[in-house]
Amino acid sequence: MTEHVVIVGGGTGGTVLANDLADRLEPELDAGDVRVTLVNDDPDHVYKPVWLYVPFGQREPDDGRRSLDDLVDDAIELKIDRMSDIDTESQRLQFRGSSPSVDYDYLVLATGSTLEPDRIPGLAEAGHDYYSESGATALRKELLEFTEGKLVLSVIGAPHMCPAAPLEFVFMADDWFRERGLREDVDITYTYPIQRVHGNPHIAEWAQPIMEDRGINVETFFNAESVDPKAETITSMEGTDLDYDLLVTIPPHAGIDLIEEAGLGDDGWVEVDKRTLEAEVAENVYALGDTADTGVPNAGSVAHYQAGVVGQRLASEIRERPATATYDGKTLCFIETGMDAASFVEFDYENPPSPAPPSEKLHWSKLAYNESYWLTARGLL
Amino acid sequence: MTDIEPDATVDARGAACPGPLMDLIGKIRSAESGDVIRLLSDNNQSLTDVPEWVEEAGNELLALDEHDDYNAFYVEKV
Repeated sequence: MTEHVVIVGGGTGGTVLANDLADRLEPELDAGDVRVTLVNDDPDHVYKPVWLYVPFGQREPDDGRRSLDDLVDDAIELKIDRMSDIDTESQRLQFRGSSPSVDYDYLVLATGSTLEPDRIPGLAEAGHDYYSESGATALRKELLEFTEGKLVLSVIGAPHMCPAAPLEFVFMADDWFRERGLREDVDITYTYPIQRVHGNPHIAEWAQPIMEDRGINVETFFNAESVDPKAETITSMEGTDLDYDLLVTIPPHAGIDLIEEAGLGDDGWVEVDKRTLEAEVAENVYALGDTADTGVPNAGSVAHYQAGVVGQRLASEIRERPATATYDGKTLCFIETGMDAASFVEFDYENPPSPAPPSEKLHWSKLAYNESYWLTARGLL
Repeated sequence: MTDIEPDATVDARGAACPGPLMDLIGKIRSAESGDVIRLLSDNNQSLTDVPEWVEEAGNELLALDEHDDYNAFYVEKV
C-alpha cells in the first residue's frame, strides 16, 4: 500500500520538508511505496525576510518570490489550492477549488501566520507594516517621503513573525535618517506589550541600552487598543496616548481558522509536543514553524530546523522504525543594528541567547544568507 | 485557596515567557468590564510580570493561588 504524506503550506517549513523527504525517501518514492504532496494556495514560495528592506528602498518584493515548481523536487506532487477542511478522524482534507478531497496517512501543517489588523479599531486604515508584500510596498512610499515628524513603531501582535524585526526596523530607521542628515527632525518611538523591549529577557537587556544611546524613545507595557486615523493617535489598554505622523505596526497575528475548527489548538496554532512536534490531540499529524505552538520564536530558522526533525521522524515511521529525532528549540537570528551592522543570536530550549557585538561582517553575513536562502528552500543548505 | 468563580480561564501552563502574560492580555482585551479571568501559569516570571502589568493597566489582581507546580492568578478587568 502506498503511504501518503501531505504537507500543507509552502513557506520555509513546508518547502524545506518537501525537499528533505524527496531526498530522504528517494527509494520509497521511486518504488511508488510513498507519495508526498505539498499543498499551497499560491504557486510562489515567498521569503518574508526580504520585506524588512523594502521600505528603505533596498529590495523589491519580487526578490522574495520564486515559483514553488522551480524550488521543489520533481518527486513531490505539487497541489495549488486552498484547504477548506481538516478531518483528523477520517484523515481527509477538503479544498476550496475543484480539487477532490485528499486522504493522508501523515499530515504536516505548516500554514504559518496571517495578519489580523481588523482586531484593533482604526489600525487597518492608519497603520503601516512590513509583514506583508502590500504593507511593505505601501510603507516604502510613505517612508521614502518622510523627512520630519513622529515615527511610531508599535508591536501589537505577540507572538508575531520574526521577533527581532521590530528592533531591526527602528535601528535601521535611526541609522538611515542619520545618514541622510534628518535624524534631528525625526522622533522615533518603539512600543512593546510587556515591561521590556523584547520578549526574550536576554535580548531585551542587550537592546535597551542601544536604544537609549540612539535616542529611540521606548514605551513598554503598551498594548494598542485603538487607533484614531483622523487625530493620528494610538491609544493603549494601559491608558497611554501617542501622537504619530507615521505609524508602523506589527499587527495581531493568528494561524488559520481551520486548525481551531479541527480542534487542534487555539488561535490557529497547533498544540504539539515541543520536542517531537506531533499534535497533542490527533494521530499522524505534525506541525512545524509558526503553526506549531512550541513557544520558540516564529522564525525561518526554526521552521528550517523543525523540518529536518519532522523529515527524520516521518522516514522512521514509514520504515516502521522507532522515531527518535527531536527538536531542541534551536533558533538562529541575525539582528540588523543599523544600515551596515548586525548582531547574531543562537539559542535553544536550554541555552539562552547572548547577542554578538554588532559588526559590518555580521551585516554582510545576513545579506549573504538572504541570497543563499534559496539553497535552504531547495533542501541543500 | 480562593472561592472566586472566574468568567474565563486561560491555561498557559507550559508556555515560555512572555506567553502567559500575552495570553492574559489577549483574554482581557475581549473581556467585559467586571469580568474575572483566571490565568494558570507554571512560569515563575509570571509572578512578577502579571502583577506589574495588572497594576499598569489599572486592573485588579484579586487573588493568587500557589499550587505545587503552577500558580493561578485571578484578574478583574476594571
